[in-house]
Amino acid sequence: MDSLNTYLFIAAILFSLGLFGVITRRNGVAVLMGIELILNSANLNFLAFAKFGGMNMSGHIFALFVIIMAAVEAAVALAIIINIFKNFHTINVDDVQGLRQ
Amino acid sequence: MIDAVFWFIVLLTLGSAVTVVLNQKLLYSAIALLFTLFGIAALYIFLWADFLAGVQVVIYVGGILVLIIFGIMLTNRISTVNISHTSVQRGIGGMAVLGVLLILGIMILNTPWHQADYVEPTQTTASIGTLLMMDYLLPFEVASLLLLAALIGAVTLSRRAE
Repeated sequence: MDSLNTYLFIAAILFSLGLFGVITRRNGVAVLMGIELILNSANLNFLAFAKFGGMNMSGHIFALFVIIMAAVEAAVALAIIINIFKNFHTINVDDVQGLRQ
Repeated sequence: MIDAVFWFIVLLTLGSAVTVVLNQKLLYSAIALLFTLFGIAALYIFLWADFLAGVQVVIYVGGILVLIIFGIMLTNRISTVNISHTSVQRGIGGMAVLGVLLILGIMILNTPWHQADYVEPTQTTASIGTLLMMDYLLPFEVASLLLLAALIGAVTLSRRAE
């Protein structure tokens, strides 16, 4: 259980699931959820390398910055999605093709 | 005992992650994401990152997830009973993702990762604070600027145009 490869495999599976969500979901909010999964798997990798590389605290700092970036990304993305819904009355990412209506 | 807890958490995390990407009801996906994020916070504790586990719960569960549920509620009409959404081309997508997972797995097993001896730290929060104020002061300030920019940007974007 307590090995680097275990955590790397968990993160790899999580990353694949997030990627699957991003490429198959058509709802903008659901695509965002896939992106959150991908960011979390990256964080898991950072912390696993931090622990098994000799408890290096720089990995924790990077994970902290990833979390900050995820919060920023979620706020801006949801503002954009709400704007798209106002203009197109749908958030299906396949239907949103025109730059203006 | 601790092994059983670890594998239970892994199973909870990955199982609810599968629900997030496969369930056809958007709200169920959001609730499953809640369990995934909690599971990942628990894995952080196994990695001795107690401060980041707290941050994960506060920012992801308390902030981002609430934002996502807000997004779901605001982009669906109340009259729409089933807030559902469809997936397309699951077969091709699944095969492509399995290929990616296979490549990642081979890469993980074949790479000689650098590993060093580690001891359980007595404190993590103090070292993170010291690093933020010494080595990573510039990124820290840039992050605060980024948050300010996102705050103004989100307000400007979602304001009703006159």
